[in-house]
Amino acid sequence: MPAVSKGDGMRGLAVFISDIRNCKSKEAEIKRINKELANIRSKFKGDKALDGYSKKKYVCKLLFIFLLGHDIDFGHMEAVNLLSSNKYTEKQIGYLFISVLVNSNSDLIRLINNAIKNDLASRNPTFMNLALHCIANVGSREMAEAFASEIPRILVAGDTMDSVKQSAALCLLRLNRTSPDLVPMGEWTARVVHLLNDQHLGVVTAATSLITTLAQKNPDDFKTSVSLAVARLSRIVTSASIDLQDYTYYFVAAPWLSVKLLRLLQCYPPPEDAALRSRLTECLETILNKAQEPPKSKKVQHSNAKNAVLFEAIALIIHHDSEPTLLVRACNQLGQFLQHRETNLRYLALESMCTLASSEFSHEAVKTHMETVINALKTERDVSVRQRAVDLLYAMCDRSNAKQIVAEMLSYLETADYSIREEIVLKVAILAEKYAVDYTWYVDTILNLIRIAGDYVSEEVWYRVIQIVINRDDVQGYAAKTVFEALQAPACHENLVKVGGYILGEFGNLIAGDSRSSPLVQFNLLHSKFHLCSVPTRALLLSAYIKFINLFPEVKATIQDVLRSDSQLRNADVELQQRAVEYLRLSCIASTDILATVLEEMPPFPERESSILAKLKKKKGPGKLPDMDDSRRSVNGNTEHSENTDTTNKSSTHSFTDVLNLNSAPSSGANLLIDVFSESSASPAATEVSEENFPRFVCKNNGVIYENQLLQIGLKSEYRQNLGRMYVFYGNKTSTQFLSFSSSVSSSDALKSQLNIHPKAVDPVIEGGAQMQQILNIECVSDFSDAPVLNIQFRCVRVRVCARSPLCVCVCVCVRACVRARVCVRACARAHLCVCVCVCVCVCVCARVRAHVCVRACARVRALTSVCVCVCVCACVCARVCVCARVCVRACVCVCVCVCVCVCARSPLTVCVCVCVCVCVCSHVQVWWGPAEHRCEAPRDAQQVLPAHRDDVAGLLPALEAARSVSTAFTDQYADRWSIIALIENISASDFER
Amino acid sequence: MQFMLLFSRQGKLRLQKWYVPLSDKERKKISRDLVQTILARKPKMCSFLEWRDLKIVYKRYASLYFCCAVEDQDNELITLEIIHRYVELLDKYFGSVCELDIIFNFEKAYFILDEFLLGGEAQETSKKNVLKAIEQADLLQEVHSVLLQFSAL
Repeated sequence: MPAVSKGDGMRGLAVFISDIRNCKSKEAEIKRINKELANIRSKFKGDKALDGYSKKKYVCKLLFIFLLGHDIDFGHMEAVNLLSSNKYTEKQIGYLFISVLVNSNSDLIRLINNAIKNDLASRNPTFMNLALHCIANVGSREMAEAFASEIPRILVAGDTMDSVKQSAALCLLRLNRTSPDLVPMGEWTARVVHLLNDQHLGVVTAATSLITTLAQKNPDDFKTSVSLAVARLSRIVTSASIDLQDYTYYFVAAPWLSVKLLRLLQCYPPPEDAALRSRLTECLETILNKAQEPPKSKKVQHSNAKNAVLFEAIALIIHHDSEPTLLVRACNQLGQFLQHRETNLRYLALESMCTLASSEFSHEAVKTHMETVINALKTERDVSVRQRAVDLLYAMCDRSNAKQIVAEMLSYLETADYSIREEIVLKVAILAEKYAVDYTWYVDTILNLIRIAGDYVSEEVWYRVIQIVINRDDVQGYAAKTVFEALQAPACHENLVKVGGYILGEFGNLIAGDSRSSPLVQFNLLHSKFHLCSVPTRALLLSAYIKFINLFPEVKATIQDVLRSDSQLRNADVELQQRAVEYLRLSCIASTDILATVLEEMPPFPERESSILAKLKKKKGPGKLPDMDDSRRSVNGNTEHSENTDTTNKSSTHSFTDVLNLNSAPSSGANLLIDVFSESSASPAATEVSEENFPRFVCKNNGVIYENQLLQIGLKSEYRQNLGRMYVFYGNKTSTQFLSFSSSVSSSDALKSQLNIHPKAVDPVIEGGAQMQQILNIECVSDFSDAPVLNIQFRCVRVRVCARSPLCVCVCVCVRACVRARVCVRACARAHLCVCVCVCVCVCVCARVRAHVCVRACARVRALTSVCVCVCVCACVCARVCVCARVCVRACVCVCVCVCVCVCARSPLTVCVCVCVCVCVCSHVQVWWGPAEHRCEAPRDAQQVLPAHRDDVAGLLPALEAARSVSTAFTDQYADRWSIIALIENISASDFER
Repeated sequence: MQFMLLFSRQGKLRLQKWYVPLSDKERKKISRDLVQTILARKPKMCSFLEWRDLKIVYKRYASLYFCCAVEDQDNELITLEIIHRYVELLDKYFGSVCELDIIFNFEKAYFILDEFLLGGEAQETSKKNVLKAIEQADLLQEVHSVLLQFSAL
């Protein structure tokens, strides 16, 4: 063939492209493009009509510019014009432009659709193909609407050319993908299935794709395709390679079609018909046999095409999961590929084996390749292949090989690529937990994990290890000993310090008997890490220290000294400071019994799905992770099952019911919190209104403190030492003004001397929907226990005039050329909340005088904005029956325009449209005075720790107990639960200062 | 198949074909990210990689990378051969194709692709049939130019 016929030689385009290529810099290129764009724009706008050739050339240039990555905002119209050109090349360029640069520009889409329609109707196959390609490339909803019913007709029509059929099939496939609801199923579906028998292999190839897509959604409609597909496949695999002429690709018979047929068969279960089934098995066997034959060509294309079919066949075998011999043969074949010199094949073999591992028939066979896979992990040079090897090891893991696999993964982790480390960490953690026979191994593994890849150990992993240690008595002592030893290392990861702090705080007593790990040694070890850690870890360590005080009274003095040191008590971080203060206080004032109660060992966690597994699933995306539980129950399900029941029993003995689920925990916690407050509150009655929002401000400095129908009050506050500034936001939720708004702060006499509050003045008017801000400056003179009260007064007047009379006159013109006037009197009763039922009696006077009475019911919904949309159905009893639906929009001042269409059952059927304007006069005036006064209370700021004289201990104990019971409600929240307790203790303590 | 990209070693996109609806912005981001990822890979590495939730199949021919994104269920090897067949088609049409042919005749490259792949699926895998279709189109255009010459006379 002559290299590119130069007949169309758009020389201008070639010159432009060379210019762009010669540009030395990005700036020069942009300059050249802008020059060209200006030129094209002026040509398109110019008076002189452009000929088709120039139009084509300019459109082509625009396309080139767009493909370079620049925005094009004109030229669409010219491209659309090209579509209707008689010249093929112009049409072709027009279509190309539309396919590449389509946007749902509504006025153009109609023109485009028109051009396409013309070309589809032209019966010229080349034009039809162009049109079909365009639909398939754009695939927009508008096109689906226009052509979804037309294309099936073209597809199954007897006289359609083969090439058009191919385009039509794939065009329909694309439309079905983008807007499946618009593609109608119908009698054409049966005929599409028979395209599988077509003589033209190109048609079969295209049709198979379409059928596969359709069958995935409606398998029942395309059931007949199974037998046809098997027959076709069988003919292909048994054919001599020369038979299929140009569809043979490097000595492989129709590889694309074979793969597609095998894909189609994967939409269905194994065929029930025995003959068909054996024929299919024969095909699959032939494909497996061919893999063993010596290659017919050394070209990589030959082996790729052959193996593409093979892998698809294996996918089908795995999908059927019913023929053990085939599964094992497939596994062996893949095993050969594991050591193939082609990286691609090794990759695919690992990937494919991953799914094979989940079948009960082949799981054992997959396990025999473990050494090879482990070797791959060590020697593969490509990270994506190693990633597959990790996946496969994860999939083939079970109780018998867990130890070895986990060990290999751990050793690989030391050198693994950073990109996949986190995933491997999660996998190791899951396998270690899932297949742990003795939990000492589990603890060792996780500690190793933290040692090797501490940075990649996410919170879920170390939360989980703590959950498990707490729930299993048998491992606690070992865990304490192991973490103690691990902490001896001069540099250990912060995650290890966290686990160590938690576990020693809980179970340090179990190893305290040994002089090498005496309480003091334990404490010193932990404290030696303290200064190297981040704030959250330090906070956790502080909690461990207070637990130590409970476990080992002998180190109390040492720990108190640490807590008392300036670096703790005056720490810049408010959380640490607070913990230090609270814990120190607690250790001083509480008796040993109380300490023991408050700092008791953590109760077991309720069992639930491992949070790590959830995380891995999230990381991998749903469906990507082979679900080992479901598919391999028969392999090792029994043991796991019994383990599950065991643990649920265990958790139920601790009376962890649903109440403690994650979802309900916060609410029950909140209730309890309020209990704590009301128990201790000095004047509960005064704070009724805001009590429920009050606890929020314990942990936050901003939020909503009060809200009702009219008003929302938000707070934002900041504190520095003993000074505070509080921003109070008053939000008017109504659409009317608040008048004479005022706010004042009142405090009890005692409080006045302890706290100075200076509210800034506020504007007396708040517009509807607006928000106003007031600033309160607060100075704390000394400790205070009462809360100041914020009084708010305002007036809200809502006047509503509804001008609507019971008498309305309406004139309607109806299409039946008879002008009629209608006077209607209507009475309507309506409820305040605006669902109204109105019964109206209307007398209508028309050329033929006639009276009719009609009863109508209408329901209307009115939005707050007082524009109402009402749909009413009225049946009127008269000489005729008519049903009319009307939609009317009416504004508040009630001029209503309504269009009603009524269909009347008198033949001949008439439809009359009447527009009626009704003006109505009426009034009811509603005046609504806002509530005279709202009281709400300015919050006590519990979070701030004021330099305190905390001597008043009375009442502390019951509160702490209450706090303890609250804390159990929070135990669901993973590991770091102490912080919550600390917080609650802090609340109660500061409250009790009153 | 979700999309196909052709780009040079310098990371310049030479051809892009999208079979899923995406905004311009997303397209640009995807191509930028993907081109970077692939150019960073070494020559001996395998031709497949997982990328977001797609499988990427790519192959380098001289200075051009051909890269296809397919769904999880799709067959990687056959996609690799789709790329090869497309290269063969270009080669046959242009007569030992080079990057410049694709730059200067980008519209032809698109037309050939449309004859071969449609809606992301192979439409016609026979090399002869595809080239016949393209030849016919070229003929149509020559007839037109001949007619034009006649009318000019």
